[in-house]
Amino acid sequence: MNLFVATLLAPLLGGVLLAVIKDPQRAAVFNIATGIVTFAVSLLLALEVLDTRAVDAMNGWFHLDAYNVFLVVLTTFVSMTTSIFSMPYMRHELETGRVDLPRLRLYHSMFQLFQFGMLLGFTTNNIGVLWVSLELATLATVLLVSLYRTPASIAAAWKYFILCGMGIALALFGTVLVFFTSSAILGHGNIALSWTALYAHASELDPAVMSIAFCFLMVGYGTKVGLAPMHAWLPDAHGEGPTPVSAVLSGLLLNLALYALVRCKMLVDGSTGTDMAGAIMMGFGLLSLFVAALSLHRQRDIKRMFSFSSIEHMGLMTFAFGIGTQLSTFAALLHMTVHSLVKSGIFFTAGHAAQAMGTQKMAEIRGLIQHQPGIGWGLLIGVAAIAGFPPFGIFTSEFLLFTAALESCAWTTLPLLLGLLIAMAGLFRFVQPMVYGEPPATATSVHVNMVPVYIHFGLALLPGIAIPLFLADWYQQAATLITMSAIAGGGGG
Amino acid sequence: MNGTLVQQLVDGLAALMLLTSFALLAQHRMISVLHWFAGQGLLLAVTAAIVAYGTGSDELYISAIMTLLLKGLLLPWLLWRVIRQLQVHREVEPLLNSSLTMLIALGVTLFSFHMIQPIEKISQLITRDSMAIATACVLLGMLMMITRRKAITQVIGFLAVENSLFFAAIGSTNGMPLVVEIGIAFDVLIAALIFGLFFFQIRTTFDSLEVEAMNAHLIHKDDDE
Repeated sequence: MNLFVATLLAPLLGGVLLAVIKDPQRAAVFNIATGIVTFAVSLLLALEVLDTRAVDAMNGWFHLDAYNVFLVVLTTFVSMTTSIFSMPYMRHELETGRVDLPRLRLYHSMFQLFQFGMLLGFTTNNIGVLWVSLELATLATVLLVSLYRTPASIAAAWKYFILCGMGIALALFGTVLVFFTSSAILGHGNIALSWTALYAHASELDPAVMSIAFCFLMVGYGTKVGLAPMHAWLPDAHGEGPTPVSAVLSGLLLNLALYALVRCKMLVDGSTGTDMAGAIMMGFGLLSLFVAALSLHRQRDIKRMFSFSSIEHMGLMTFAFGIGTQLSTFAALLHMTVHSLVKSGIFFTAGHAAQAMGTQKMAEIRGLIQHQPGIGWGLLIGVAAIAGFPPFGIFTSEFLLFTAALESCAWTTLPLLLGLLIAMAGLFRFVQPMVYGEPPATATSVHVNMVPVYIHFGLALLPGIAIPLFLADWYQQAATLITMSAIAGGGGG
Repeated sequence: MNGTLVQQLVDGLAALMLLTSFALLAQHRMISVLHWFAGQGLLLAVTAAIVAYGTGSDELYISAIMTLLLKGLLLPWLLWRVIRQLQVHREVEPLLNSSLTMLIALGVTLFSFHMIQPIEKISQLITRDSMAIATACVLLGMLMMITRRKAITQVIGFLAVENSLFFAAIGSTNGMPLVVEIGIAFDVLIAALIFGLFFFQIRTTFDSLEVEAMNAHLIHKDDDE
C-alpha cells in the first residue's frame, strides 16, 4: 500500500515545503508539481483498489472501497487543476496588491494542507478521525477565506469559523453517541469507532441511540454541506475568499461533509432498519433546493450567486442519497462528480471575469464575450452545464434522479422540477447580460489560463454523451455498497 | 475499586459542570467569564482522572493530563493574554435580558434530561447519569454563543461547548480512543490560535470586538442598491 502512503504524504510534505519557499513564481510551480504528483499517485491507487474491490491499509486504520476511492481521485484532480488555475490568478492578485508575499506563501501552504485534510478524511476508517480531518480542512480554509484581510473577508471568515465550528461540534456529539452504543458491543477502543467494524455490526447497535446520534450528525455535517437552514456561512465564505478557494470549497469540501453524512446514514440504516435517516435527508435536500433557488434571484455578487447554486446542487445530492435506492445513489454519485468539475470550472471563469472587470458586482460585469471571448464563452457554457442542459453530465444525473424519484415517491418530482426551473431562470437572468453586450470602458485585459476550465467541462460532457463503461461500473459498485445496509435492514426508499 | 464512590463523585462533578455552564451564561465581566472557563477546564481534568482511577485505564490518565494542560491552563492563559493586550479585561458586557436567558437555560436543561431518557435506560457504565448533564452543557454553551455580542465571549462559549463534549465522552463512554482524543485536542489548539489571531485582526479592522460591527459588512450585501 505504498501508493496510499504516497497519496497522503505528497500534499502534506508539499504544504510544509511551500511554507518556506519565498519566491512566488517558484512556489506556484511547486504547488502545481505537488498537485500533479498527488493526482498521478492517487490514480494508480484507484486502479489498484478497483482490481481488488476493497482494501484495508495500515492495520485497518485506513479503508478504501469503491465509494471513497473515486472521491479521492476527484479531489486530487480538482486540486491539481485549481493549482494550475491559481498560478496566473494569484500573480494578478499579487500585482494588484490584494495579497502580499507572506500571505501568498500562507495561501500555497494552506492549500496543500487542505488537500491533505480532505484525503485523510476520505480514506480514514475511523469516524473519529474523519471528524478531526474535516475540522482540519475547515481550519485551513478559514485562513484562506480571510486572505485578503478586507473587513468583509474577515467578517466572512469569522462567520464561517463560528458557524462551522458549532455545526461540527454537534457532529462530534453525534460521534460520541455512536461510540457510546458501539463500545458496549465492540469493546472500549479504536475498533468501536472503526467504520468497517461498525458497518459489520450495524444491526446490533441500539436503534434509539443511533436515531438521536443521526439527528446530531445530520445537523452537524449538514452545516458543512451547506444545507438550508444552516447555510448562512456558505455564500459569505465563497464570495469573500480568493477564487481558487471558492472553487475547492464548493467543489471539494462540501463533498467531504456529504461523504461523512452518507457513511453515517449507512450505519443508522443498518441499525434502525427504517428509512428515518433517508426521510430526514430528503427533507433537508428539498428545503435547500428551494431556499437556494429563491435566494439566487436576490444576489448582486457573481461569486455569491454561484455559491447559492452550490447549495442547490448539494441539496439535490442529499435528496438523492436520501431516497436510498440503487438508482438514486448512482445519480447522486454521478451528480457529485459532475458538479465538482463544472462548479470549480465556473468559479475559475467567474474569478477571471471579476479580475477583467475589476469588480465582483454582476451589474457592472458586461459584454464578456466581446471583451475576452475565452472568459465569456467559458461562463456561458459553464452555466448551461450547471443548469442541466442535455449534452452535459448534470442532465444525465438529474434525469436519473427524476427516474429514481418517480419510482419511489412520485410526488417529489413536482417540487424538484419547480426548484430546478426557478434556479435555472435565476442563473440565466444574471448571466445573459454579463456575457452579451458591450463591455464597459474600465475593463482591462487579464492573462487567463482557460485550459483547466475546458478540461473540466470536457470531462463533464463525457457522462452526458456516453458514460464510459469502467466509470459506470465504478459508480455501480459504490451505489451497491451504499444501499446494501438499507436493503439488509429491510427499509430504504 | 468501589464503583459507587466513583459514580457518586462523577455525578457530583457533573452537577458542578452544570453550575459552571450556568455561571458562564450569567457572568458579564470579561475576567470572571474567563475564571469560570478555567474552572470548568480544571473540573474536566479532575473528572477524567477520577474515571481513569475507577476504570483503571491508562489512556484516560493521559487524556486527563492533556486536559489539565490544554483546557485548564494553556487556553485560559492564552485568552487572558489576549484580553490584556487588547485592553478589554475590565470591560463589562451588557447582557440582554438576563432573566429571560436564565429561564431559557432552565428549559434547555429540562429538555436535555427528557431527550436523553432512552439512552440512560440502556447504559451499563458507572457514569451513566452524567449524559443528560453533558447534553445540557452543550446546549447551554450554544445559548451563550447566541446571546453574547462580543467576539471573545462567543469564543469562550465555543470552547465551553467543546468542554461539554469532552465531558460527554468521559461521562458516558469512559473517554474516546486516545488517537481521536489527541486529534480533537490538536484541532482545538489550532482553532484557539486562529481565534487569537482573529481578535487582533478584528480589532484593527473594525476598531471594536462587537460582532454586530462585523456583520454590518455582510448583511447589506444582498440588499444594497
